[in-house]
Amino acid sequence: MALYLIKRLAAFLITLLASAIVVFLVLEVLPGDPASIMLGVNARADTLAALRAELGLDQPAWLRFIRWLGGLVSGDLGNSYTYGVPVAELIAGRATVSVPLALGGMLVSALIAIPLGVIAAAQRNRAADLGISVFAQLAIAVPNFWFAILLILLFSVMLGWLPAGGFAGWEAGIGPALGSLLMPVVALALPQAAILTRVTRSAVLDVLGEDYLLTARAKGLSRAAALWRHGLVNALIPVVTIMGLQFSFLLAGTVIIENVFYLPGLGRLLFQAIAQRDLIVVRDVVVLLAGAVVLVNFLVDLLYGVIDPRLRREAAYV
Amino acid sequence: MRRAMFALLTALAVGLAVPGSAFAVRGDLVLGVVLEPPHLDPTAGAAAAIDEVVYANLFEGLTRIDRHGAVVPALAESWEVSDDGRRYRFKLRQGVVFHDGSSFEAGDVVFSFERAMADDSVNAQKGLFEAIESVTATGPYEVEVHLKRPSGGFTFDLGWGDAVIVAPESAQTNKSRPTGTGPFRFKHWAQGERIELERFDGYWGSAPALQKVTFKLIPDPAAAVVAMLAGDIDAFPNFPAPEALARLESDARFTVVIGTTEGETIVSINNARPPFDDRRVRRAIAHALDRQAIVLGAMFGYGTPIGSHFAPHHPAYVDLVARYGHDPDMARALLSEAGYAQGFKATLRLPPPSYARRGGEIVAAQLAEVGIELEIIPIEWAQWLEQVFRGKDYDLTIVSHTEPMDIGIYGRDGYYFNYESQAFRDLMEGLKLASDDEARYRLLGQAQRLLAEDAVNGFLFQLAKHGVWDAKLKGLWENSPIQANDLTDVYWEP
Repeated sequence: MALYLIKRLAAFLITLLASAIVVFLVLEVLPGDPASIMLGVNARADTLAALRAELGLDQPAWLRFIRWLGGLVSGDLGNSYTYGVPVAELIAGRATVSVPLALGGMLVSALIAIPLGVIAAAQRNRAADLGISVFAQLAIAVPNFWFAILLILLFSVMLGWLPAGGFAGWEAGIGPALGSLLMPVVALALPQAAILTRVTRSAVLDVLGEDYLLTARAKGLSRAAALWRHGLVNALIPVVTIMGLQFSFLLAGTVIIENVFYLPGLGRLLFQAIAQRDLIVVRDVVVLLAGAVVLVNFLVDLLYGVIDPRLRREAAYV
Repeated sequence: MRRAMFALLTALAVGLAVPGSAFAVRGDLVLGVVLEPPHLDPTAGAAAAIDEVVYANLFEGLTRIDRHGAVVPALAESWEVSDDGRRYRFKLRQGVVFHDGSSFEAGDVVFSFERAMADDSVNAQKGLFEAIESVTATGPYEVEVHLKRPSGGFTFDLGWGDAVIVAPESAQTNKSRPTGTGPFRFKHWAQGERIELERFDGYWGSAPALQKVTFKLIPDPAAAVVAMLAGDIDAFPNFPAPEALARLESDARFTVVIGTTEGETIVSINNARPPFDDRRVRRAIAHALDRQAIVLGAMFGYGTPIGSHFAPHHPAYVDLVARYGHDPDMARALLSEAGYAQGFKATLRLPPPSYARRGGEIVAAQLAEVGIELEIIPIEWAQWLEQVFRGKDYDLTIVSHTEPMDIGIYGRDGYYFNYESQAFRDLMEGLKLASDDEARYRLLGQAQRLLAEDAVNGFLFQLAKHGVWDAKLKGLWENSPIQANDLTDVYWEP
């Protein structure tokens, strides 16, 4: 087991290093000078040079890379070029929005998708299955930002129940904070739920034909009990895999939803940093996200072991 | 659990529906802005978004530009100019306090100017201070400025956001904790979401009617519309969705005010690159353009056509729109004369704003009519700055120059238009030496005519300011003579 963990850790670190090298190189090649963007068109050459010196941009690339890596290892992510505040602070602040948003989106999506998927599989080719399939198709086809605007028109403009956007902040209390996240979570969860429904459905269908379900029925379990207690658990592996992928997307791929609800999330931070050539923020966020994705995959692997005891035994030999 | 959730939602609904105390006049304001400022120090960055939060609210300079574009006294009570125009003596206001309690005096002015002029200064408009030879405090409330040569617009330049007065005790931290002398003080910045200001009780002038101001950052045009409709924000002085203005205008809850800005939107032409170095080709382009169609098609009808690089609301404006009327036949004739009877191909680089992306398509169609085939290349600002502005590697581009009184760029050495005209430079020199309005206006008129004659760029239209706010809110600026949201005179009607 220890060897297994050490190997996974090594793979984790190598992935992080590789992503750091790739993002650094890509940003080096990208045209655009942060100092010009910050100081605009009227800035004189000496002012630009002064700012570049202040930001450390006049040093050679390899030196900047080593310094940055050293900073990452010791926890100092540097200061943002545009905002001037520590990047760690920026990311932490945005994470208080993005992480709950991603978790909420995943939770709501799972709560919708898993029951619907199981029902669709159990009622295969009957009315319920067809209805759920239509719902899933619609939810995937509808652009989630358009759906988001519909939600806002209904719940904010017409009914006035929820704010049209913005994040009240956790310091304003759980109620207002959750209130700001409710519609974004629903808008994000819907297409994810649709995809997850289809995955669940096909996974459960695969499992329905297995012998152990027949045995469970033969032992006296009702159809529903056999399905939920034995069928679903065994169908979870592909479902959990997809959920892991979805979480990675939900963490930083939500920039459009964050724009529509003007939420201060990681997606928008990354998007604005690229536009403003705040290279240090881009680098740090990308490496962090790469780390988060690897971590999530690792947790998913561990979860496999929980779901399927057979894999636990095998893992010992890996 | 469900009951608790329902109760929560009901409470939320009630809380949001009641519009605050119905008896007292409102003292708070929620203002929507599109771009988030990178930081809050106007002396260390070019972004207009910074001035839109801090100008006149948090920071003040020796002079201030008011809603009409006029120069009014601010931290300088009065000033005297020597006869040769090279010596300015400013009498400073007394009893002024910075937000951190330190008092304002001549030393702060000297500090601010020297900081801007220093070798390692990161002031984006260092050129404003270029004419200054020395700044000295001749008394605790008196400052004398010696200029290398007379500068007619000096007091106007001092009214820019980049020339505000800062204190040595707080200058280093102004980016995140701005400390100025203005009627509001900085309270909190939830990065990416909102900026909060509150009234400063130690202000030297008359207290503003507002007690609390929140700038909400709403980049998406659709989100801006729904935020306005839902009542989440009270005002959006630079509303990003002109397509929704008609709908908001018909709603009695809102006031829609269309004003002017200092943004001259132009088709910039690389005057050094053939065939654009031939004036006939540039004039052909000017005749091929139909400005009204561009304003209607790209800006929903909001915008004033211009014929040169000058703002129509300025008293020195000369209307040169008719100099090159929309005349495709004349355009083709000029192109033939220049040797391009078959037309030619060129590129049109478009930065992100909608006036460029939408306007660019219309311009391309209009020029195609006379035989000029344009390849549209959409680029982002970073690329525009690098390729077009610094690299001057372009044929045509569309951009809006939003700095006030910036006609002088046509005389600047190596400016990206590559326009070289000694006659124009002479006019600009004359302008620097002229200090009375009549002489200045005459020279500015001549400058505008020269630019039109030489058809340096395709002058399109002046950007309009789309202001939307609650019908009960008064005092917001109609026009934008400089980029700012001056809230000192804003109040709620009872």
